Amino acid sequence: MKARRFLDESGVLVGLVVVALIFGALIGPQFFRAANLELMARQTVIVAVAALGMTMIIVSGGIDLSVGSIVSLSTVVVALLLKTHGPALAAFGAVAAGAACGAVNGLLITQLRVVPFIVTLGTMLLVRGAAKGLADERRIEAPITWLNDLLRTARDGRGWLLPTGIWITVALAIVVALMLRYTRLGRHLFAIGSNERTARLCGVRINYTKFAVYTLGGALAGLAGVMEFSKLSVGDPTVAVGLELDVIAAVIIGGGSLLGGKGSVLGTLAGAAIMVVIQVGCSQQGLPNWVQQIVTGTIIIGAVALDRWRQKSA
Amino acid sequence: MRGVRKAFGATIALDGVDFPVRSGEVCALVGQNGAGKSTLMAILAGALKPDAGVMRVEGAPYAPRHPLDARKAGVAMIYQELSLAPHLTVMENIVLGVEPARSGVIQRDRMRETAAAALTELGHPDMSPDAMVGDLSPAGQQLVEIARALASGCRVLVLDEPTSSLSHGDVRTLFDLIGRLKRQGHAIVYISHFIEEVKEVSDRFVVLRDGRNAGEGITAQTRAEDIVGLMVGRALEDLYPRSDRTAGDAILEVEELMPGSATFTLRRGEVLGIAGLLGAGRTRLLRTIFGLEPVKSGRIKIAAYSGPATPQARWRQGMGMLSEDRAGEGLARTLSIADNMTMTRLESLGPAFAVLPARQDAAAARWIDGLAIRCSGPRQAVAQLSGGNQQKVAFARLLHHDVDVLVLDEPTRGIDVSSKAQIYRLIDELVSSEPRDGLKAVPYRYRDADHETTAPRNGLKTVPYRDGDAGSDTTPPEKTSVGDGLQPVPTRARAVLLVSSYFPELLGVCDRIAVMSRGRLGPARPASEWTEHALLMEASGARAAS
Repeated sequence: MKARRFLDESGVLVGLVVVALIFGALIGPQFFRAANLELMARQTVIVAVAALGMTMIIVSGGIDLSVGSIVSLSTVVVALLLKTHGPALAAFGAVAAGAACGAVNGLLITQLRVVPFIVTLGTMLLVRGAAKGLADERRIEAPITWLNDLLRTARDGRGWLLPTGIWITVALAIVVALMLRYTRLGRHLFAIGSNERTARLCGVRINYTKFAVYTLGGALAGLAGVMEFSKLSVGDPTVAVGLELDVIAAVIIGGGSLLGGKGSVLGTLAGAAIMVVIQVGCSQQGLPNWVQQIVTGTIIIGAVALDRWRQKSA
Repeated sequence: MRGVRKAFGATIALDGVDFPVRSGEVCALVGQNGAGKSTLMAILAGALKPDAGVMRVEGAPYAPRHPLDARKAGVAMIYQELSLAPHLTVMENIVLGVEPARSGVIQRDRMRETAAAALTELGHPDMSPDAMVGDLSPAGQQLVEIARALASGCRVLVLDEPTSSLSHGDVRTLFDLIGRLKRQGHAIVYISHFIEEVKEVSDRFVVLRDGRNAGEGITAQTRAEDIVGLMVGRALEDLYPRSDRTAGDAILEVEELMPGSATFTLRRGEVLGIAGLLGAGRTRLLRTIFGLEPVKSGRIKIAAYSGPATPQARWRQGMGMLSEDRAGEGLARTLSIADNMTMTRLESLGPAFAVLPARQDAAAARWIDGLAIRCSGPRQAVAQLSGGNQQKVAFARLLHHDVDVLVLDEPTRGIDVSSKAQIYRLIDELVSSEPRDGLKAVPYRYRDADHETTAPRNGLKTVPYRDGDAGSDTTPPEKTSVGDGLQPVPTRARAVLLVSSYFPELLGVCDRIAVMSRGRLGPARPASEWTEHALLMEASGARAAS
């Protein structure tokens, strides 16, 4: 019973280890060198931060397709603010812009009673358009500040052991995981995702909770945008197109269900990591991009099918 | 079916069951939930494979590998939950899966003929084959499903709890239909919890208990009590216990509430029943009171509080509701027992915003013990429990919240006899002035600690309602006296508002009963003044007509 539960909850971790070992065997021990592991962790961060928000949203039975657009808007906002203000304020402004987009999603979903898929499909275009308008359809150059070091390697005294961005991600992951498991908001999200009518009968404030979760999701996407900016060092309104699909894939590989009521932070992080390991592994093995896409696609379907099968046999 | 055996792991679900049905007869299959009825029927329908035993249909060996095999062999099942496509028309549903077609193109004329023939055979040539199934009443949908069975040439028809979603009149029509099919030479298996129905519709009955044949007989020669006795394995003592009840203060007052057109007062220490036929608006009334549907006009007062009607306000005021739709609304089936039970009161399970799973489990474990819920533990998903145990989980939510007013909509629908008896006992204990030991163990008081702002404990003092809507009504309740001049007694006894389609249950459990007919609620009268016949007369509007 204990063993079974452990397997249920960490199946995706086993998957991660297996995928890593396969590439380790193909490429050799240098695949597991510290520098390489750190490289993969850095690449995971952007998807992972946005996926934390998406995990909460998917647990509540919703979806957010506007994540990629929010990330691009966020890079533009950071770059614009950096021209006149300090880096801390710029980052804060970007996160706030993300939260505002999420809040709009939440309001539209709860007040117009349109399904999240449609609302966020609309705001995906709206926000992308706003980002382009704000940036005048150009890349925005920005002065170099410590924001550019968020994902830089930890040598030369930057960051402690690992880049700061990774520590921020880990800390947020712990906060979100605790929130989902040990708070009223978290339990309410599971309740709404599992059966919204039951949640209503039980007096859960559905509109409030949904509004909160989309706003949080937007804020985390905004933060992912700050990380993206750190990587690019310019504000780019055309970046991160289709990122939302990677983010959703990470949640789904990690055991989330699009029907709601299921999902975990640990799973999501492992899901995001699996995709990056495949990406990095393939490119280091010298495999072309199309192989990597085929493998990732197979993993997404395989993970869900495996989950189905395990539940059936349980 | 002879010597059928089926084991799931270590659990033996069926242990050598014999089940013969002849053509031209109605055989009732009765037994409590978990007795093995569903397993037996799943084997018959080809959804499960037996470990041992043989089945024959008209002498030919019958070993269906999947439901389509069963259908081809002439065995058709009509389940409790109908399996129709609501967006297709009646005739499309009737021929679903066996559409008449020439090289892949559907022949609509032949489809219409088949459908019309089946409907005529059922005595309903008036039903339009072009109607959308989603627009039909539950009774109409059931008819379509039976027509589908006939159209595929079935000889053995299995009806599983066919009356659970039908009103009184529709049940009559269904029984006539069953009689008709019987005379046409079909063999009919009738599965039901309702002994009255079994008495009325069947020729023979077979009782299952714990996966074995517990008895069988000719229905007409057996008393209902004896059949129930065989089901539970002991004589059924008082199904509806009744301890001392003392009506206390008014705790729920409803005045000219629309929709529902209802006025009534519910006191502590009593069970008020609302009788009525399906579609009379009973569920709507309860949902309006509980804030799940908008109030058009009228007043609802709970103890001293009247204000906006929302479910969360109702829970805070000490009112809880049990939904009639257990799977669709009552329970979040993919979540754990503990989550479902404690959902309304997570506040008490940890400091600040926190919810500590250990305390959640401890709270749930108490109710699992107290209500004898059969499960592997508080973390088991609700979907894995049987119907009766699921209902107990839903009920435990009200107990965990420690509500003063319990609004129960069809609390015993589709659950087994012993779970029913347990729920009746529970209702009685809740309204009795002297709670018995089983419930005393419950820490009633711990709500006072964590939300001292909820409904008044003894129903006499004003309610300091904190959440900003106190302005709407802060008049302290006046000491009301009970109708016939009795002084109200301060009591912690709960009040129960009960809706049920099953009249014997209402008569057995309630202190007073009011009848709802065509959206209007009549005056409440003591249960002793009602009979089943009178309730039916009133509910069907027959009294008004005469």
